[in-house]
Formats: sequence, structure tokens, C-alpha cells
Amino acid sequence: MTASAIRIRESSLDPATAVIDHTVPAGEPYLLRVQRGQTLRIVDLEGNQAVDVIFYNADDPAEHYSATETLLRQGGIYLTTGSVLYSDEAHPMLTIVADTCGRHDTLGGACAAESNTVRYALQKKFMHSCRDNYLIALQEADVGLGKRDLVPNVNFFMNVPVTADGQLTFADGVSAPGKYVELRAEMDILMLVSNCPQLNNPCNAYNPTPARFLVWNPV
Amino acid sequence: MEAHTITADTPSSAAAVDAPELWRQFAPDLAGRSVLFSELIPGGGHWSYVLPRGTTLRIAVLEDGANLSAVLYSAREKLERYNMPDSLKAQHTAHYTRGHVLMSDMGRALASITADSLGWHDPFGLLLDDARMAEKYGEQRYQAFRNGMFRSGRTGLLIEIGKYGLGKRDLIAPVNFFSKVTVDDEGRFAYVPGHAKAGDFVDLRFDMEVILAFSSAPHPLDPTPTYSPKRVGLALWRSGPAPADDYCRAFRPENARALHNSDMLYLA
Repeated sequence: MTASAIRIRESSLDPATAVIDHTVPAGEPYLLRVQRGQTLRIVDLEGNQAVDVIFYNADDPAEHYSATETLLRQGGIYLTTGSVLYSDEAHPMLTIVADTCGRHDTLGGACAAESNTVRYALQKKFMHSCRDNYLIALQEADVGLGKRDLVPNVNFFMNVPVTADGQLTFADGVSAPGKYVELRAEMDILMLVSNCPQLNNPCNAYNPTPARFLVWNPV
Repeated sequence: MEAHTITADTPSSAAAVDAPELWRQFAPDLAGRSVLFSELIPGGGHWSYVLPRGTTLRIAVLEDGANLSAVLYSAREKLERYNMPDSLKAQHTAHYTRGHVLMSDMGRALASITADSLGWHDPFGLLLDDARMAEKYGEQRYQAFRNGMFRSGRTGLLIEIGKYGLGKRDLIAPVNFFSKVTVDDEGRFAYVPGHAKAGDFVDLRFDMEVILAFSSAPHPLDPTPTYSPKRVGLALWRSGPAPADDYCRAFRPENARALHNSDMLYLA
């Protein structure tokens, strides 16, 4: 898979047959184990909600999703149908098998209190952030993961184009209410989610909203 | 009791250490500045330093087509490290040049680019590993080739950060100095050949005490068919920390805040 163009593909999976159907409220974390062969769907329920996700190998959480390995292997920066997410050990972790949004970001990272002081104002540091979500989810889970494991994440439903002259832009969202992305797990996965609470920029249209997670067993 | 006397065997002069002023070969304009050390990095070589705040590293291209994959960690708290996404989104950039700041995940400036002859250094963090290196160039291992063996950027960086107790999980996306990768409308990468020429250089000022680790192995998208990593020269001098009227502070308000956050670590 080399091209990174938008590739829309719908799924035939029926939510009624999902083994997990969980909605994460706006601004909250979620940690979920997904088995190899299972299919995971993330639904942008109300539109233009950034869902910040890091994947770990459930059997060896030191192995994590690698943005750089994924980008190098697909030769480009956007994720869509057909994109394979690789680990830092160059193992395929998940494959995007359906996508009604068409473009997901790999470069924008997750917001943090500290980066908010840089991007907006020093006094923004007490606002809630994705990094806080990640840290509390990992503290509570106590599975040997911590801050060093907070590597560059996937921002599902976010559009962060790079221009030909090397600028990083934050374009209007390509997502809309009900759009979803579906991934097949190629290994047992631990998925760390922050349903982004950022209020300082339009990544959530200034209104963070819930996101729905569904998991199906292999047929 | 007999007094000790200094004999001819006792090292007594600086000449006993083979630390020549290499910088005079590739950065003669630094004469008059307080150069602290200099080094020639062979192609594919790797090394690391702990470097204090207020020093500046001249990184000089000695042969056309050089690449230097570099990672930075706070020496004081190694959990604090260079963060590619935070740096790119804060500065709305997908390339680095003079004025840009390499930011940590804690909202601080680790280092600032205070001079640059090139105008573009690659921030996407792509790194050559052993498997890709073998697939692309074949194998050249130590037993047959001694120090002419092929070295990958990933292996070099893992060796270096290992010296500080950092492991694979801690290997972050590096900055690829001297390389240029553009992105088209579809998101596809294009490596720009012939970007860095001998004589090009970048100055990196350290705004915190950092661990800097690097490898001069080729960029993984470099289409050159043979393994031919290029040499790089390094010279560190005492520049002092960023002044109030610093170019990088004024470059963007985000950079002023990141440098402010670093200053707040050095109040004493």
C-alpha cells in the first residue's frame, strides 16, 4: 500500500452482533483489549471529534504503534482504508478495513497541559487534556505502562494536511456525524484512547462529543 | 620520607590528548568564539553527549548528501524528551530551519535552531533499520569488513541511548538534519535528492541540559543504491542561553513561551 489518497469503504458488520458496544463520553479515557482477528469500529457520533489512540501489543506492551514505521512503510502521512499500522518492531498491528471518513492524522499528536501553555497561553495549563487522560488510564490500569510509552498517536477523524512548502495546517474536519473507521487487529492489542477534550482550537469544533467503540469477533 | 618528583613519564601537556582543533577545518568562522570541543563523525557513525544549557553545536556537512538522525532527552529527567508532534503543531511546520525550536513533551525548548544555511531539515522521524538497510544495500558485516561494516540509524541510536539506561521503548522519532522530504496533496512523501552540500551547516543552541544522541547513517528514503553515508563535523561553543531579543523567541509566540518554560527550570 503506497498511496495515501482518501479511500472510502463501508462495512457490512451489524452493530447488533458486536461483542462490545461502548460509548466513551466527551473528554474521557478508555483502555480496551482487542483480540487478534477481532474487528474494532470507532464511530464519530456527532462529527469532527478527534479520537486520540495509541496501540500496544497486549502480550508485550513495550511494543507500541509507531507513527514513523507506519509512515515509512506506506510512503505517506494519512491513514485510510488499506493502511496498515505498524509497531516499532515493524510488526503489523492493525489494518484499516473500512473507513467512511477517509482521512486520519498521524502527525498532530495528543494535547497536553504543557503543550497548551506553549500553543495558547501559560494560563491554559489547568485545562483538561489528552495526556492527562492517558496518564490516569495507565496509572489506574497499572500494567507497566507510563509516560515513556506515550508515543505519537493516531488522531482518528482529524485532518492535518502538510503543504508542499512544508507547513502543517489544521484544516476543516473531513468527518461528520456517524462516520466511522474500522480496524482488524493483527495481534492482541491494548488500545489506549483519549476522547479529546481540547477547547482551544477547532479540532473538536469547539464542542467535544462522545465516541462509540464496537468490537466483533471474527466470522 | 622522600618527596615525589614529576618524571618525564607523567603526562603534563595538553598535547598528550589527541583532541586537535578539528573545527578549524570545517567551521573557521568560529575563531574568536570559545570552542569547547570538535569532532569528525564518520559516515554511519554514532555518538552521544550530555550538553549544557547555553552551549551551541555547529553541525557541518563535510560531504554532499549527508544525513544526521538526532534525538534529544532532558539530562535532568530523561522521561522528558523531544516530541515531534508537539513541536510541529506548535509551530505549524513540517520542516525545520532557523527560528524553529525543538520542544519537549513538557512544553519546553530543548534546543533552538539559531543558524541554518539550508532552510529545510526533515522532522518526520523516519529511521533506517537493519532490515531495510540489508534489503536496500545488501549485507556488510564486521567479520569480513571490520569497521567498514554497514551501520543503521536505528541501531546507532539504540546503542547511544542505551548508555543512559534508555531502551527501545524510549527511542523517539528523530530529527533528520540535512534531509528534505516533502508531502504532496495525497499525503505521499517525496525525498529531495542533492539537498545538503558540503559546507552546509546548522547551529543548534541548547536551552536545557540535554542528552543528544545521533547517527550519520543514510535517510531511509535516500534512493542512492549503494550504502554511502557521509561525514559530518561537530563543534560546540559557549554561546550563552537565549537572550531577551533572541531570534527564536521572536520567531513565534509559541517559541517565546517554550523558551520561557525552559528559563523557569534555571532560576538559580
